[in-house]
Amino acid sequence: MISIRRFWRVAAFLACLTPAVWLAGLAFTGNLSANPIQDITEQTGTWTLRLILITLCVTPLRALTGWNGVIRYRRMLGLFAFFYGFLHFLTYVWLDQFFALTDIFQDVYKRPFIAAGFSSFVLMVPLAITSTKKWISRLGGRKWQLLHRLTYVSAIAAIAHYLWLVKADIRRPMAYAFLLSILLGVRVLKLLRSRRTASVVDGTEATL
Amino acid sequence: MRITKLPDIAESEITPEDIFMNRRRFIEMTSGLAFAASSVDAWAQETRGPYDTDESKTPYKDITTYNNFYEFGTDKDSASRNSKNFRTQPWTISVEGFVKKPQAYAFDELIRNLTIEDRVYRMRCVEGWSMVIPWRGFELRALIKRLEPTSRARFVEFQTLYAPDQLPEQRRGFLAWPYVEGLRLDEAMNPLTILAVGLYGKPLPNPNGAPIRLVVPWKYGFKGVKSIAKIRFVDKQPVTTWMNLAPDEYGFYANVNPVVDHPRWSQATERRLGEFFKRKTLPFNGYADQVASMYSGMDLRKNF
Repeated sequence: MISIRRFWRVAAFLACLTPAVWLAGLAFTGNLSANPIQDITEQTGTWTLRLILITLCVTPLRALTGWNGVIRYRRMLGLFAFFYGFLHFLTYVWLDQFFALTDIFQDVYKRPFIAAGFSSFVLMVPLAITSTKKWISRLGGRKWQLLHRLTYVSAIAAIAHYLWLVKADIRRPMAYAFLLSILLGVRVLKLLRSRRTASVVDGTEATL
Repeated sequence: MRITKLPDIAESEITPEDIFMNRRRFIEMTSGLAFAASSVDAWAQETRGPYDTDESKTPYKDITTYNNFYEFGTDKDSASRNSKNFRTQPWTISVEGFVKKPQAYAFDELIRNLTIEDRVYRMRCVEGWSMVIPWRGFELRALIKRLEPTSRARFVEFQTLYAPDQLPEQRRGFLAWPYVEGLRLDEAMNPLTILAVGLYGKPLPNPNGAPIRLVVPWKYGFKGVKSIAKIRFVDKQPVTTWMNLAPDEYGFYANVNPVVDHPRWSQATERRLGEFFKRKTLPFNGYADQVASMYSGMDLRKNF
């Protein structure tokens, strides 16, 4: 018999996988728009951003609710963000540009929105690699934590990527920017508060 | 300004729409070669005109469900989803500015007796995708000649209907409404420039700018202002909606040009809908022979 904990882990895993399966289903049944490559690009990009933001919710949610168990989902959520980012990147390199490397390098060099998206993805690579328990102990908790703050940079780059590619109506990227600013704002506040207490009691550095 | 009254009986009731819409078929019918009313699947152009491309046409469904018509929403399917109840009857077009008789015309009145024909054109969107569309319409120059602009007219400006109750995104301010586009008078008089009232042999569907929209095949698609309610003859270059939003990204001319990139993306290639590999974008969208001379001596990098 599977434990409740295991059940919820599997459920979360399947939930994270659903957008990809759904998208593949639409693609194979011909139910995407007249420009399916564009649809796949947009959908994988959107889900990358959503999963980055969901991953960033874990720590504040834990602080807010005292539900410590939520931390167990953080790695899975982060890896799914990377998974969708990888699909998004692959769609661009393979389906959109068809491995035209000179064009791709020019794009990254010449166009800020591509450069931002590319940076966001590249920053996730070391985080995905070092997401294992082995790497945590190899780096040591503090170093590992410092490294994984790259998530914030990656998230900001992802938002910039989205904002820069929109033609006129920036409502959606701004909504994501708003959510990210809350999630980062919470951390800044916590840092400021812990600094203040640290200066009083000379305590340890708070985790973000 | 006088509003020309609609006749008591709608024009379409007097003349069967198919005949009214298709001169070529009308000629064939009168010569005893009548055939069944057109359906999209059966639609086939009888003769290939001098301006028609023989490239394979984008399917009707794709043309009518993949649109940029921001008045209905900014997703590609917004127009097809949200335009079902858009009212195109009655339709009035107001003609203003330096013209012999500035006045408002009923749609049927304005286009009466103009030669309606099919034109199969490439359409290149500034976003980097393209279609091949069998438009049905008339040469803009025929209408301009009929309206008799005065010698002060140097540009033609077009405006989409302003009706926030029907075009919901006009309530939001991310673009300056109503949508404005324009052409230099010689561009407007070029025989390639048409006002479309149909596609695939059918009246223009709502997502494509019913009942009447501009088609300028050598320019990016956004020049093709939809659901036109106002035509103004002016002496100064109009400030178009996209120029107003981002003058460094969208110019007045907006001629398709593979060597002048949009500041944020390349214009060197395009994806023809339905094709996997991108194709090279052609100068003036492949219509250089017919239009390049209008821009001789102009720096097309500056006048993008």
